[in-house]
Formats: sequence, structure tokens, C-alpha cells
Amino acid sequence: MPILNTLDDQVAASGAVGQFPDRMEERHASFMGMWAFLATEMLFFGALFTAYAVYRIHYGEAFTQTSKVLSVFWGAANTAILLVSSLTVAHAVRASRLKRKAECGLWLGTSALLGLLFLGIKIMEWATDAREGHLPWGSLGFNPPGLHPEAERIFLNLYFIMTGIHGLHLFIGIGLLVSLAVRMRRNRLSDAPELPVEIAGLYWHFVDIVWIFLYPLFYLAGR
Amino acid sequence: MIAENPTKDYLHAGHSVSSWLGTTDHKRIALLYLFSITGFFFLAAAAALAIRIELLTPEGDFVSAETYNRLFTIHGVIMIWFFLIPSIPTVLGNFLLPLMLGAKDLAFPRLNLASWYIFLIGGLFTLAALIAGGVDTGWTFYPPYSTHFAESAVVLTATGIFIAGFSSIITGLNFIVTIHTLRAPGLTWFRLPLFVWTLYATSLILALATPVLAILLLLVAVERIGGMGIFNPLQGGDPLLFQHLFWFYSHPAVYIMILPSMGVVSETITCFARKRLFGYKSTAFASLAIAGYGFLVWGHHMFTAGQSAYSSLIFSALSFLVAIPSAIKVFNWTATLYKGSISLDTPMLYALGFIGLFTIGGLTGLFLAALGLDVHIHDTYFVVAHFHYIMVGGAVMGYMGGIHFWWPKISGRRYNESMGRFTAIITFVGFNLTFFPQFLAGYLGMPRRYWQYDPSFQAYQFMSTLGATVLGLGYLFPLVYLGWSFFRGPRAGANPWEAAGLEWQTPSPPPKHNFSGTPVVNEEAYAYPEYPG
Repeated sequence: MPILNTLDDQVAASGAVGQFPDRMEERHASFMGMWAFLATEMLFFGALFTAYAVYRIHYGEAFTQTSKVLSVFWGAANTAILLVSSLTVAHAVRASRLKRKAECGLWLGTSALLGLLFLGIKIMEWATDAREGHLPWGSLGFNPPGLHPEAERIFLNLYFIMTGIHGLHLFIGIGLLVSLAVRMRRNRLSDAPELPVEIAGLYWHFVDIVWIFLYPLFYLAGR
Repeated sequence: MIAENPTKDYLHAGHSVSSWLGTTDHKRIALLYLFSITGFFFLAAAAALAIRIELLTPEGDFVSAETYNRLFTIHGVIMIWFFLIPSIPTVLGNFLLPLMLGAKDLAFPRLNLASWYIFLIGGLFTLAALIAGGVDTGWTFYPPYSTHFAESAVVLTATGIFIAGFSSIITGLNFIVTIHTLRAPGLTWFRLPLFVWTLYATSLILALATPVLAILLLLVAVERIGGMGIFNPLQGGDPLLFQHLFWFYSHPAVYIMILPSMGVVSETITCFARKRLFGYKSTAFASLAIAGYGFLVWGHHMFTAGQSAYSSLIFSALSFLVAIPSAIKVFNWTATLYKGSISLDTPMLYALGFIGLFTIGGLTGLFLAALGLDVHIHDTYFVVAHFHYIMVGGAVMGYMGGIHFWWPKISGRRYNESMGRFTAIITFVGFNLTFFPQFLAGYLGMPRRYWQYDPSFQAYQFMSTLGATVLGLGYLFPLVYLGWSFFRGPRAGANPWEAAGLEWQTPSPPPKHNFSGTPVVNEEAYAYPEYPG
């Protein structure tokens, strides 16, 4: 991306978009903004992964034992669902670049549905955990699954917090995709519809990647 | 000089309430921030005043011990998160960054407005916590006290800081993208004013450190509400992990406060010495180096907390390294003064004060980074004095200097120069009288956060309270004469200081879109004519 420093660019600035000299620079700025935001997000989750690493070192044995209370089947199913959703989002991005708005809207909707499916399964898993006494909080009848109640409590604390925050991110992602699909349908997007779709796609892939790390750390730790 | 056009400037481009509260103009948002953080500043200053009154006598007679804990906590929380962190970036940064870049606005103007609202909501939560009785954990929120024992509004305060953190992140992201994408034609990286370099370094820290604080406060809140044991040793948790994560944010946060002030000093010194900055590139890279090292030294807050001796050794060595880029800056500013044509206007007095106080603050930081000495002075008034030299002597002096330097640009009017100089001098004197005795008291063993103390320390505490009174006047006076100047001051003209820099080449106050056309830059920063030696 050229940095604006020649007189030619200044002449080209007649096609200014808001505070940007032209559409290219707007696009450049939007991408950079999202990438910088994702760097922020990495540090946000990074603190949690650090906590996980510290306690995994402290309580390795108990962590691997406790991970067996989680259902690998549903974890794997959700992993597959999210990976497919990343594929459908990639299709949405492609369709938006080709200005095929109807097709793009369809892919966005499909991705949002897959996201909802993931959340549905996740909530079902959390409900099962709660029924079996795996909620590690206060007086909710915590029933430690093994011989190291303290370490198991920490494992489950981290599990609920990290998958919970991931779920919240996914929920926001679903909202983004749905609003884009609606605006696409109502033709409310500018003549460059690919920009918001690509930006939302970056975010979606990031949330997907976070899950790619959460899945082995929690579900596969004991296997 | 460009003719004034008083009807079209940003202050007069709309008078309705919504033209202010719904504005996306970076200059108006800067003023919204200015009013908000000034309010928070005086609130936190009032807490400091109460602390100083209590400490006049060795007995705890003015407030109860419980109230005292709440006073120093609210002083720290509000000063740090609702004044110092936002201060220069959101007021001067918001106002000046697009002007210095020759741009119409920041890259994301609506996000910029959103950041102010988020900041305000965070502030309201913190005020609600204050009304609910305050919080007594200290600004550091160390568990397990904060999570299991404190009987005060911990969750409400943590929520306020959590929310305000997102405003910091948004500002940081916005500045980074703006500096990359909206520089005027010809404005290459090494032609940027150093204030922009320091804002860039600050923004990197805002964007990369704040999320760690956010997640940490979230963990403290859920642990407190749900009784989870992430940090509680009784439940297998590790309180030291909290301290690691907390200082991973909070040490770089100190550089969020000091770096922009360094930028202000670079602008001021060059203008009032009428010289190019000595060592432009080394000063620019020193800012990035300080931001980078800032992420590697957090462990020096935990030398006595049970951290491994080998970690402490490495953190100590890395902390010493921070002195190198800091010293480079101090030497460059001093060398800039050499054979300069110096005039001692108000902003220059603040800048010179900054250099002196920052040097003392920085050098005493080396005392604290030394493993052996730190055991003796850890958690004493020595630490309190050290970080006030950096945060008040450094960051606030820089902020006040910057406000005085760019006030004619912001308001379009001059203030009373004699009042300005007088205030700058009493601020400097009052500051030293307040905090220098604390070095001595701390070295002699006066612990921080104590409500009563041994009578042998009373002389030091008395001097501190006396100094704080003078310092308080130094902050009240500008409120009066700048306020007067805003409405009644004589017109300043576009460039009253005859300063270099794009922001001075547009009328004061600037028009809504900053420049009549896109400026083209064809010279380096601080292109002051060199006087023959």
C-alpha cells in the first residue's frame, strides 16, 4: 500500500472519502484498524492462556484427569462446525469482491447459522456440566470429579471463563454477520460492499482460531 | 500569516448541545475530554488534600483508618485511570494529531466519539462506587484481600476501570491507524514532530497492555462475586499470578503517562530555544525503546513478593536498561538548549521543570531497581516519592506545559503570561516541597499507606502538606486565568509563539476541517532558522 507522500497522490485526492484522500487509503486504514484490534484481542485472551499455562504446570495431573469430564464428541463437533463456518465466511468475502450481493448475503446467513449452532451446543454442554455438579462456584453444589478438588475447581473455572468469553465473542460475530447480511439485502452498503465483509471476516476467523486453541487445551488435555 | 475567520472556526461551527455531544470533530472531542478529566483531576486532588490533612499529625485524628484507606485508593484509581492515562493523549493528542499530520480528522472519527462516551460511562461507574462508600484495596486490587476480604465497592470500581479501558484501547488503535494512513503529502516518518512519535509509542502500549488489565479485573470481579478460586491460595489459586498480570499492564501504564509528556517537552524546548532538536532520530527511537522495554520490566514490582531470585535478577537488569533511552532524551533536550536563543515563557518553564523532575524521578527508579536496596525501601515513602516525581513532576508538568503551549491554538486567545509564569514556578516549588521530604522519610523507614506514624516523621509530613497546599494553588490558578482567557483573553493569531509545525499554520482556533487545503510538507520538523554560534 503506497504511503501518501507524493504530489500525484495529492492530485488524486479530489476523490476524497471523508477524512481519507481516496478509497484505497480508507481500505488500508480499515484493515489496519481491524488487525490492530485483533492484536489487542490476542493480549486479552493471552492473559487467560497464561493463567492456564501456569496452573497446568502447577497441577498437570489433575488437569488431565478433569478434562475427561468434558465431552470430546461435542467438542469435536463444535470444532468442525466453526471450521466450516470459516469456510462459508471465506465464500462470503469472495462473493462480495465479485459484487454478487445476493450470494454474499446467503453465505453470511449460513455462517451466522453455524455460529448459532455452535452456541447452542455449547449451552447444552454447560447445562449438562451444571446438572452433573461441575459448576465450580460458591454454593452451586460443586461436586469435584476426582481427588484434587482445588485443582479441578481451577480447571473448571478456567474452562467456563475462557469458553464463556469465547462464546461472547462469537455472539458478537454472529450479530456482525447478520447485520451485514440485512444491510446487503436492503442494499444499504456502499458501492464497495467487500470492505465491511472482509473486516467482519477477519474477526470471525480470529474467533475461530481462538477455539482451535481452546479445544485441545480443555477437551484433549487428558487424552 | 493566515487571516482570522472567527465565524467558521470549530468552536463556532454549531452551538447546539447536540453539535457538541454528537460531534465527530477531533477538536471538539478533545474539549469534551478536557472538561471530563479536569473534573476527575480535582476530585482525586480533593482526596489527596484529605490525605495530607490527616498526615499533618502522627495520630489518626482527621479521618478513621477505614476512611483513610478509601481516600488513598480513590486518589490512585481516579488519578491514574481517569486523569493521567487519558490526559495528554485524549486532550492534546486528539486535538493536535490530525493538525500535526495535516489531516482533516482521525482515521475513525465516530469511534473517537464513542471512546469519550465509554470513558464517561466508566467514570460514572467509578463515581457510583464512590457514592456507595468507596473502595479500600489500594489502586492495585491485590487478591486475596480484594477478592475475599475487602468490604467495599470493589466490583463497581473494577467495572468502571474495565469499561474505561476500552476507551483507552480505542484511542490507541485510532492513533496508530491515523499516524500510518493520514500523514500529509511529504510528511515522512522522520519529518514527524516528536510529539507524534511519542503518541505512537503510547498508543502501542494502550492497545497491547490494556486488554490484560481488562481480563484481570474481570477475573477479580467474578472471583469476588462467584467465590471462584483463580487467585485465592486457600482454593489452590496463585496470588502471585495476579501480580504478574497486573504489573504486565501497570508498569507499561507508567510509560503511557510519561511518554506523551516527553513529546510535549520536545515540541516546547525546540520552540523556545529556536533550534532543531539535537538527535531527532535517537529521540524518536528512544520513545519506541521505552515502550518496548516497558513490557519487559514488570517483575521489579515483585522483588519482595516471593518471585524467584533468578527472575528478579533478570527483571532488575532489564529495568536498568530503561535508563538508557530515558537518558538519551534528557541529554538531547539539554543539548538542544546549548547555544539556543532561549525565552522563558510559561510552557518553557514547565518543560524545564519536567526535565529536572523527571531526571530525579528516573534516577531514584534505579535505586528501586537495585535488588538489595529495594528490600530496604520497598513499600516506603521512597517509592511514593519516586513515582510522584514521574507521574506528577513528569506527566502532569508535561500536561500543564502542553496545555499552556497549545492554549492559544485551542482557544484562539492568549492568557496572562505573568500569571502563567508565576504558576509554573510555584508548581515546581510546591511539588518539590511536597515530595522531596518523602524520599527522606521513606529512606528512614516511613511505610506507605499508613494512617498513623511515628512522631519522628512529623517534620517531613508537615513539609509535604505545606508543599501540597502550594501545589494545589498551582493547579487552581490556571483554572481561573485560562477560564478567563477562553472568553475574554486577547486574540492570539495563528502562531503566537512563531513555532514551526503544521498545527501553527492554520488559524487559531482552527476551522472545522483544519486546513483550507491539504498541506504539503517539504522540510524536516523544527525547521527553526539556526542562529550563528
